[in-house]
Amino acid sequence: MDVKAVRDEFPILHQEVNGHPLVYLDSSATSQKPIRVIEKLDEYYRGYNSNVHRGVHTLGTKATDEYEGAREKVRRFINASSTQEVIFTRGTTTAINTVAASYGRANLSEGDEVVITPMEHHSNIIPWQQIVKETGATLKYIPLQPDGTIRLEDVKETVTSNTKIVAVMHVSNVLGTVNPVKEIAQIAHDQGAVMLVDGAQSAPHMKIDVQDLNADFYAFSGHKMCGPTGIGVLYGKKALLEKMEPVEFGGEMIDFVNLYDSTWKELPWKFEGGTPIIAGAVGLGAAIDFLTDIGLEEIMEHENKLAAYAMQEMNKVDGMTIYGPENRAGLITFNLSDVHPHDLATVLDSEGIAVRAGHHCAQPLMRWLEVSATARASFYLYNTEEEIDRLVAGLKTTKEYFGDVF
Amino acid sequence: MSFNNLDTLYRQVIMDHYKNPRNRGSIEGNPMTVDMNNPTCGDRIQLQLLVDDGIVKDAKFDGEGCSISLSSASMMTQAVKGKPVDEALKMSELFSDLMQGKDIDEEDIDLGDIEALQGVSKFPARIKCATLAWKAMEKGVEEEKED
Repeated sequence: MDVKAVRDEFPILHQEVNGHPLVYLDSSATSQKPIRVIEKLDEYYRGYNSNVHRGVHTLGTKATDEYEGAREKVRRFINASSTQEVIFTRGTTTAINTVAASYGRANLSEGDEVVITPMEHHSNIIPWQQIVKETGATLKYIPLQPDGTIRLEDVKETVTSNTKIVAVMHVSNVLGTVNPVKEIAQIAHDQGAVMLVDGAQSAPHMKIDVQDLNADFYAFSGHKMCGPTGIGVLYGKKALLEKMEPVEFGGEMIDFVNLYDSTWKELPWKFEGGTPIIAGAVGLGAAIDFLTDIGLEEIMEHENKLAAYAMQEMNKVDGMTIYGPENRAGLITFNLSDVHPHDLATVLDSEGIAVRAGHHCAQPLMRWLEVSATARASFYLYNTEEEIDRLVAGLKTTKEYFGDVF
Repeated sequence: MSFNNLDTLYRQVIMDHYKNPRNRGSIEGNPMTVDMNNPTCGDRIQLQLLVDDGIVKDAKFDGEGCSISLSSASMMTQAVKGKPVDEALKMSELFSDLMQGKDIDEEDIDLGDIEALQGVSKFPARIKCATLAWKAMEKGVEEEKED
């Protein structure tokens, strides 16, 4: 992969921040957008902005073709067997909430269990907390190993015949752990439960095959994979989606509307109430083309190299604590001596380096790590080893700056 | 390497309060207790106030956070201790102005060490860190008033 050529496609990367060339290390929060995605949005709004699925006019047909074309791109991207299994949502959060509110509400009752892990993002915790309160079911956690990994023995121990839903993140946004979701899905299925995979941190970085994973639901966000904000995907197996009730009712999702009763459109549209996220979907389609042209295998290889290099270099800095396992996805969560992550992030920002500081929407995991906050550097296809050198230099600067204090 | 820009934020007096916080701990007896956090970053403060006869007799805090939030809490407790509640609230208002980069009438009330936090106004992402303790104080005395 030619990183320089990749970087040339991202206009935002070519700027100075606080007098230094920008080093953007916060792609796990949101990725930057290549010019072809930005131009695709521009083209949509300038050229054929129109509502979908209803107009007889030419622009409406073009918008519908592009919107549904994007769905086909998503289908291929995750290897779903049909576009009926690809629902556009606002993002991962909405996708998981849809499963909790629809599948959860219909299938959970007292005595049933939902199983998750303590490393989940809030978006894969709170929807389940809410739905178990409503249905009388119980929320259970698969315990973590000290290095932040999951053992399949523990999954087998936690998932029982009372378990109806298992929901686990594919890649941890804090620890970088790559979870064995395929094996966990097998255990869930053996007990008659369905498996939801939170793919927010995996879909942007690795080849996803939902059929191979045998996930019943797979959720991800467009904005973390070079697409626009406000678009995401819920993949679900057709047999399950067909039995599920929509959670949003209104235009676009109906078949017949009578005075006191209505019927729904077929899949996937019954889950897409209201004017859909047309520009977002079209932009996501362009992002998928971009990632596919480069190749997900190449992207993952590049990120793995960066992560290994960053681990090696960051570990050389005095007072460095890195959280999570040795083998990890392209992100590193850390603390530097007693310097609070906010202070650290402010010093790095003054050097033009953007990292995340805080609890990363994973408060239960922060408590498990026994820290109140951490800093995180996350990498994507456009990052370079030189940028990691800048980060390491910035960390040394931070130490130097706060050296007198601690 | 020049740290001029950072030095406007991390003034020596701030680092002193961070390293040696004043009034850190808890008040014995039955003080008014306010827990407040900054959900976007995980900073957390527990503030205890002893208000008697309209005067803040004692103020102590505990919690976790960055240098800005903890030094601000330390300075705030120092500033309001012994002051009438109305004056404490007035200081909070002034502090809020200070954070928004507004000119404040310094003759009105002496903010003492607190003025060192003026530089925070140039770092918008950090303003919430500095105001957390003041927000807790406002909440505390308002609840006290209602009782």
